Amino acid sequence: MEFLLVQALSGLASAASLFLVASGLSIIFGVMRIVNFAHGAFYMLGAYVAFTLTDRFAGPLGFWGGVLVASLVVAAVGALMEMVLLRRIYHAPELFQLLATFGVTLMVEDLVVLIWGSEDLMGPRAPGFTGAVSVFGRLVPSYDFLLIALGPLVLGLLWLLFHRTRWGVLVRAATQDREMVASLGVNQKWLFTSVFALGVFLAAFGGALQIPRTTVSHAMDLSIIVEVFVVVVIGGLGSVTGAFVAAILVSELNAFGILILPQISMITVFLVMAVVLVVRPYGLFGKPEGAPRAAAGISIRPWRPMTNLERSGVAAVVVVVALMPLFAGDYTLSVGSEILVYVLFAASLHFLMTVGGLSSFGHAAYFGLGAYGAALLVKYFGAPMEAALVIGPVLGLVGAVLFGWFCVRLSGVYFAMLTLAFAQITWSVAFQWVEVTGGDNGILGIWPSSWASTPQGFFWLALAIVVVCVAALRMLVFSPFGFGLRAARDSALRSEAIGINGKSTQWIAFIVAGTFAGIAGALFAFLKGSVFPETLGIPTSVDGLVMVLLGGIETVSGAVVGAVVYKALAIWLMSKTELSKLVLGGVIVLLVVAFPKGIVGFLEDLRHRRPKAPGGAGSEGAVDVAKVEAAR
Amino acid sequence: MKLEVSGLNSFYGQAHILFDVDFAVGEGEVVALLGRNGAGKSTSFRSVVGLVGQRTGKVMFEGEDVSRLPTYDIVRRGLGYVPEDRRIFTELTVEENFVVGRQAPRSGVATWTPERIYELFPNLGEMRRRPGGHMSGGEQQMLTIGRTLMGNPSLVLLDEPSEGLAPKIVEQMADAIMAMKREGLSIIISEQNLHFAKLISDRAYIIEKGRIRFSGTMADLEANPEIRDAYLAV
Repeated sequence: MEFLLVQALSGLASAASLFLVASGLSIIFGVMRIVNFAHGAFYMLGAYVAFTLTDRFAGPLGFWGGVLVASLVVAAVGALMEMVLLRRIYHAPELFQLLATFGVTLMVEDLVVLIWGSEDLMGPRAPGFTGAVSVFGRLVPSYDFLLIALGPLVLGLLWLLFHRTRWGVLVRAATQDREMVASLGVNQKWLFTSVFALGVFLAAFGGALQIPRTTVSHAMDLSIIVEVFVVVVIGGLGSVTGAFVAAILVSELNAFGILILPQISMITVFLVMAVVLVVRPYGLFGKPEGAPRAAAGISIRPWRPMTNLERSGVAAVVVVVALMPLFAGDYTLSVGSEILVYVLFAASLHFLMTVGGLSSFGHAAYFGLGAYGAALLVKYFGAPMEAALVIGPVLGLVGAVLFGWFCVRLSGVYFAMLTLAFAQITWSVAFQWVEVTGGDNGILGIWPSSWASTPQGFFWLALAIVVVCVAALRMLVFSPFGFGLRAARDSALRSEAIGINGKSTQWIAFIVAGTFAGIAGALFAFLKGSVFPETLGIPTSVDGLVMVLLGGIETVSGAVVGAVVYKALAIWLMSKTELSKLVLGGVIVLLVVAFPKGIVGFLEDLRHRRPKAPGGAGSEGAVDVAKVEAAR
Repeated sequence: MKLEVSGLNSFYGQAHILFDVDFAVGEGEVVALLGRNGAGKSTSFRSVVGLVGQRTGKVMFEGEDVSRLPTYDIVRRGLGYVPEDRRIFTELTVEENFVVGRQAPRSGVATWTPERIYELFPNLGEMRRRPGGHMSGGEQQMLTIGRTLMGNPSLVLLDEPSEGLAPKIVEQMADAIMAMKREGLSIIISEQNLHFAKLISDRAYIIEKGRIRFSGTMADLEANPEIRDAYLAV
């Protein structure tokens, strides 16, 4: 009994930081509609800066002053990022801001190592809170009690801020209807910057407060960001109270889950999130997202199948690529095969995201399931490569059937988070079910048949499969099913009114995307000769997102181009520089700013430089429209 | 002229909505922009306050060209906008809705406080702490006008203030608009309800399919029933 109480207290103490970070993320999302991926990075920066400051200035004033100053410094960095980077891309599709913040996260990860080194750092204890308090004969650090008290205190202060100041009222108003707030004479620019700064301050404060409890390390950001996403989604996006309740819930689940169900401790939190989302699709305290009042006409160029000329162009490119094994070296070819695999992975995600309008943050699950499906067939049934390549992806299909059924019930960010949860559950199974999957050691010895075992042979195999699959996906886009899917994406109500079953259409799209990702995964297993849990991990899902966004979210062929550019760049940077994340992050940020419509979107803009005069306006009018559009 | 719009063309995507629209409001005048559903009334107003991204043409407010300014800047110069669909902040109380609209006093223009707005709309005074989402349509319409008045505008764009309201409330609304006029405000309302427009307006424009078809005094419109029948009769 006493033990349980102590465990509960420790959970509550962990909840404090989690709440601080999550409330910051929630506030930012509520007003700005930005999923700030860099939030974990700011949390980490808060801890590092606080470490340096408290290290330099001892004593109570030095410690508490250091924690506070560190949070303020990081908040200023956040405000700077909002002004310099995010302001430029508010008109880009919503996910582009996610991509930009992801680029910043990559940069921060390398910068932190560059400045503070890769060793874990031990921060000082909090002056006056170095001891422990005896609770029923067990010792609880007195600092934990401070944190436990701090959570409700911050919640109260935030409540006062949002209900008793004009700034807070403006923020609440903007959470509901930004355009109306501007129509009442409020300059949103500064409102956004201040909201972002407050959110980042809370994240950094949460990080700075952690230094007496845990070591400061350069992996802090990823470990917290996923948990914070979970908290925010369970609590309801935009709700500070929700973040508070969910932070306690998640922390207690973590504290007790490890005692009760040690085998599946890692997935209990995600299971709870999945249950909450199925029962309450907008989280415990969330409200249905209002339909975004997006400006009409972002993608005014209708999609169309390729012309014969374009088809011949693509065929020529395929022929040139197919000739590569005749002159390219082995290394180039294996890199080429890897890029091809990712082309298919990105194309399958693109089908779900762009055509279906469903942004999955956990697409790696189906890629990984396909890889594990193939690997398990080889390992337990001695299946030859040909059979494993055909049957292996079925595991991805099955996963998509099961998870997709739940996911398509949601939309927007909540859909994204549920897909993330399922991907994490899948990852945990692969990681913890050691008897079958080998856990962290993976499954080794998944080699291709002899005819495909040379780099040349495998390259041709990969090329053939990828070309056929990508072509099939493209044909689906322009099939009646594809039209129905786009109708459901663009207007759920109107498409239902003409007899399209939106949910089942989206479910089928989810299964299609999952199956093609599974095919890519099975190929990947044979390319590498092994499978590890990382194949299912968040970084793989994020890679897919980056590829689709980089290519151009509103284009048909963006994913292919995005995958080639991103993967080639990543592999090349990895071989050239120690600071590959810094450079890659920087390149992503630059690309986002330079090409807010993605690479292919940008190229299409170039081709259509002079739009036709809309609806009979003179040619002069058309030029003006183009100008206005460019100015937006 | 208080507000002078000329050569306004607006687009949603590839759809051309407004074609060379011109209209003007004089100092202290109440002007009606009449037209059927979908004629382009709301788009005209949204274009004036900069809420339509793709537009060309000139918007002169108090002698200055505001057509390139961001929405908040236009509004801060004293050009108040009351949207058609009310767009109340449903989570916020009546008082808090006013806080969002509050701007600094402007010289030469009536200064509004919540108390003065409660005098104009006594119903609102009885529900100061009620969330906007828990109010009737008529009360929300009053709230949205009061919220814009809190910005101390010198001209107000009122988009269909009588839409969907009970006849008794419509009368109350007409009284309130006349009271605003007496305070020296210039007002342009968009309407489908000719009867309501007659009660309060000095002049009228008729817009149809994105083009201005008629411009004149209410008496002119009265004298030409064929115009009314052509462009307004349902």
